Amino acid sequence: MFRSLLFIPGNNPSMLQNADIFMSDGIIFDLEDAVNINEKDNARNLVETYFFTTKDLPKNIILRINPVNSLFIEDDLKLLLSRKIDYILLPKANMLSMYVIDKMLSSLEEKNNLKVTKLICLIEEAKGIAEVDEIAKHPRVEALLLGAEDLTNELEIERTTVGNELLYARSKVVYAAAANQILAIDTPFTDITDQEGLEYDCSNAKSLGMKAKTAIHPSQLETINQIFSPTKKMIHWAQGVIQTYEKVGKGVFQYQGKMVDKPVIEKAKKLIEKAKIFDLL
Amino acid sequence: MIYQAGSKESNDCLITIKKSNETKIHIDSIVGHLFYDQILQAVKETLDDQLVDHVEVTVEDKGALDYTIRARLIVAIRRMKNDV
Repeated sequence: MFRSLLFIPGNNPSMLQNADIFMSDGIIFDLEDAVNINEKDNARNLVETYFFTTKDLPKNIILRINPVNSLFIEDDLKLLLSRKIDYILLPKANMLSMYVIDKMLSSLEEKNNLKVTKLICLIEEAKGIAEVDEIAKHPRVEALLLGAEDLTNELEIERTTVGNELLYARSKVVYAAAANQILAIDTPFTDITDQEGLEYDCSNAKSLGMKAKTAIHPSQLETINQIFSPTKKMIHWAQGVIQTYEKVGKGVFQYQGKMVDKPVIEKAKKLIEKAKIFDLL
Repeated sequence: MIYQAGSKESNDCLITIKKSNETKIHIDSIVGHLFYDQILQAVKETLDDQLVDHVEVTVEDKGALDYTIRARLIVAIRRMKNDV
């Protein structure tokens, strides 16, 4: 479970050496868009050497690989042999790229006795949006991440602070994730100087059902973590619901003047679980 | 022919390698007064690991950590080998 994931360019030693101290729930080591095509080998080797030589690695390591039809995919996937990677972030995810990556991973896992690799799918094309319900069903997939930059570029539309242009895509990702009990992660907010815009974008995404958000700069993490964490008031409410439920021993009861039944109890339990994971309890 | 990897950005290093009659290592580091020996050791160990000799290696270091120096040198060596 995450609230925030921070993108770090794979070829940037300054960012890499601080990866374990950023306040994100996971780090995405980017070998794709953040790395110049002539520097792919440099980035891959830097990340690999970092994995092998660094004692205090970040708590969740995600590797953003190059697309399955690129020249770099096989070498990128060899980093799994480090056994340090928790998730592969698959760019331009659609049913075809899912089929290809699944074949490649299965072969690599079998040859090297690796555990099953989990995927976070980057939904950043209209085709990905159209196929997201099927993508989300795949057993390797643990989360869907909306990539709005490529998507709006393909649709030839402007990204705005209000974000109406992303309503359909966000909703598709949220519903596909929820239906398959996996995580919906929101696209990054790309203006690192606009704090107010970031707050709005996080709140908007959260209100639509996104459970986490990606960051492109460490300065965005505090806001993202704050907005995607349960508030003290919500935690207090959930504790009250659970305590009352345990006390009355009934499936339906009143708490603070409102009816509580099974879905509300489940909601309270989920909230408590989340608060524990994020060290808020 | 010279081969390079890395950059002169902060916390990085630019490694240049070329064939030579004997192995020579040049180090120009902003922290050389403190870490010259460690940088030299990282370069020597990496050359040994990669089974490379008779090369001239230049390290222009802007405060890179040990693993960055090793990673950049490995890529420079691979680029050299791939070009042979």
